[in-house]
Amino acid sequence: MSEILVRMEEISKSFPGVKALDRCRFELRAGEVHALVGENGAGKSTMMKVLTGVYTKDSGTIQYKGREFAPANTKAAQDAGIIMIHQELNLAQDLTVAQNIFIGREPRLAGLFIDEKRQERMAQELLDRLHLNVSPRTPVSELTVAKQQMVEIAKALSFNAQVLIMDEPTAALSDSEIEDLFAIVEQLRREGVGIVYISHRMDELKRITDRITVMRDGAYIDTVNTADVTADQIISMMVGREFYHSVRTDIVSDSGEVVLEVKGLNRGKTLKNIHFQLRKGEILGFAGLVGAGRTEVARAVFGADPIDSGEIYIRGKQVTLRSPYDAVRHGIGYLSEDRKRFGCIVDMDVKTNVAIASYRSFAGPLGMMKDGAIARSAEQMVEKLRVKTPGIGQKVKFLSGGNQQKVVIAKWLARNCDILIFDEPTRGIDVGAKSEIYKLLDELAAQGKSIIMISSELPEILRMSHRVIVMCEGRITGELRHDEASQESIMRLATKHMA
Amino acid sequence: MNPSVATNKASRSRIPSGALQQLLAFASLIVLIIVFSVSSSNFLQFSNIVGILMSTAVIGVLALGSTFVIITGGIDLSVGTVMTLSAVMTGVFITFWGMPVPIGVIGGILTGALCGFLSGVFVSKLKIPPFIATLAMMMVAKGLALVISGAKPIYFTDKHAEGFSKISLGSVFGVPFAVFIFFGAAIIGSILLSRTIIGRYNFALGSNEEATRLSGVNVNFWKIVIYTITGTFTGLAGVLIASRLNSANPALGQGYELEAIAAVVIGGTSLSGGKGTITGTVIGALIMSVLTNGLRILSVPQEWQTVVVGLVILLAVYTDILRRRKSA
Repeated sequence: MSEILVRMEEISKSFPGVKALDRCRFELRAGEVHALVGENGAGKSTMMKVLTGVYTKDSGTIQYKGREFAPANTKAAQDAGIIMIHQELNLAQDLTVAQNIFIGREPRLAGLFIDEKRQERMAQELLDRLHLNVSPRTPVSELTVAKQQMVEIAKALSFNAQVLIMDEPTAALSDSEIEDLFAIVEQLRREGVGIVYISHRMDELKRITDRITVMRDGAYIDTVNTADVTADQIISMMVGREFYHSVRTDIVSDSGEVVLEVKGLNRGKTLKNIHFQLRKGEILGFAGLVGAGRTEVARAVFGADPIDSGEIYIRGKQVTLRSPYDAVRHGIGYLSEDRKRFGCIVDMDVKTNVAIASYRSFAGPLGMMKDGAIARSAEQMVEKLRVKTPGIGQKVKFLSGGNQQKVVIAKWLARNCDILIFDEPTRGIDVGAKSEIYKLLDELAAQGKSIIMISSELPEILRMSHRVIVMCEGRITGELRHDEASQESIMRLATKHMA
Repeated sequence: MNPSVATNKASRSRIPSGALQQLLAFASLIVLIIVFSVSSSNFLQFSNIVGILMSTAVIGVLALGSTFVIITGGIDLSVGTVMTLSAVMTGVFITFWGMPVPIGVIGGILTGALCGFLSGVFVSKLKIPPFIATLAMMMVAKGLALVISGAKPIYFTDKHAEGFSKISLGSVFGVPFAVFIFFGAAIIGSILLSRTIIGRYNFALGSNEEATRLSGVNVNFWKIVIYTITGTFTGLAGVLIASRLNSANPALGQGYELEAIAAVVIGGTSLSGGKGTITGTVIGALIMSVLTNGLRILSVPQEWQTVVVGLVILLAVYTDILRRRKSA
């Protein structure tokens, strides 16, 4: 067995209101590819951010090459040879490959001028080491995403990386590009670099990693040799033993009226051939990992983002939705995952936020607003949805997350929208308020509203959905009735790499 | 959230933050008036007060219009030269083409509205940043005004144009019509902004444009409407200045946009959008002219007057920032 490079033990980290890591451990050997897996929010990134100095741990120990290690910031970690390559690449698009690799550390001439020649020579050496056929003088913007990623790796090597953390490195790559990446990973492994590989793609983990550490809900679950486990075993470790049984007993019949149908929807690289139907009175869950394309589906159906191709039918009639304005006129309401930016206008009061989507119906002759009617409507909604607020004149920014969410729901109900798309309806909402929102969703569905619910929390999906659609990398990989849906069946579909 | 915390925060925000800024502006106006009337007996004379109001009228009407665009979080740099173009077009309609005065006046106002409409289209449909779109409009309008007028002032000296100068200079009880028009425009602007659907969308756009768009509001349409309103007020200012000078001078106007923006800002309208009032803008415009007038009466050289106005703008914006930092 080779030398242990990193040993993290008993690592805990809390953020206000959340325990992100609870006595977690992780170990990395030189020349090892070690996968770190877990659901969204399991604590993988937090763990790696502690290692790379983005966060400071609350407690626990980190040993690096046998010595106590506590990086004060990312630069300290970088200088020690611990480098993270993020999913979103951090390259300056208009600079050349060489400039990007040595940014902030350019070789100087007379202390004032950049020695471009030497910089390019040094970059070329790194590129050669990776067998990368790219000129150091090429602007990064001219490279494919795959090549840009290689440049990031070259940059990491320039720091004399001994620990390389790769976050979902293959997410944006094609199959042949993935092969190239694996060749480089293989080479770095032979050179003795320790590689932390964060990915959800089971087939890749099986192929390239030596060991797998599983995390769940901020806790360490287990570390196993990749050769000893099956993909299904990893998935059940990720979701845990305990089952959340569906509380649903009502089944929306397959013959119910189809209120929304999407056929062959495509948008760039993010959405590929999306088909689905939404029935009256149904809660249709959209499950998948972060970046699977669920929000993109919602925004495309709502007209917020343009689509390349595809057909949308509302109650059997084909419609063109070029903007949210079109979508709302057809009775679609969208509740964004980011309430503060896209859901409500936090600097304005409750009544304004409730009325804003239906202002036109409150406008009299000459566009004069009927403030009395607006206030009455807002009062009614506040009462009906049990919004806790000192009054309808309260600014929305002073309400709690759950009550802000209710204000957004009220906005769409005031507009008489009957197709509601909830994107992470309980994100950032405390537990008590969550059940309030669940109750509300059930009530709305019982009243005949049709609901699409995007959620990254599997228990939530299982509890609320009549049917579940699972997405992975921009495609729908499966559809499950509520009695077929389980954490395992969803995770299997959510990690089904079909490229 | 703990209910007692909620009520606590509610009581803190009971005085609407915009109102506080307005109150401050109003108090500064009163202080200025007191200081100047104590230091010079000429200041409070009727003729001087009328002079102040008269000189507020044109900048004031421009500032009223600018308030709308600034509340969306945008800016209109073209109001100065569009005002000039509107004045020139009024001259063209009345003097060159011999149209009746009322038709010429409407034509002048519509010229401003059209320019505003175009800026609105550039900003909303073509997604050109307001600063750039209206900078371009500023230059186009300036150039057109020179081209159309042949770079010479157009005088309203025709027989049928006799009544034209009355629009600004005619008076009741010694108060010129221009002053009434300014206050009338302010009342209309205030109703538009606070009571109509346009005003509601105006504030919503300025507070959070994307959330407004995602509420199904036709954001592009309302932006065009708002820029057109700004243009309409600008056109009116063009008619007022032409009438006051009884001529349309194509070389005048540039720089007025900055004074208008200054008046809006001093009046408590936030350049980042979402906050502002017409009353504030009226007070802001009055502060600017009281300041210039008072300093002139105290024989402060004109160069120094400009310096003082600059410092006042700095002070106004800084108090706004202080206030917002406190409430954040």
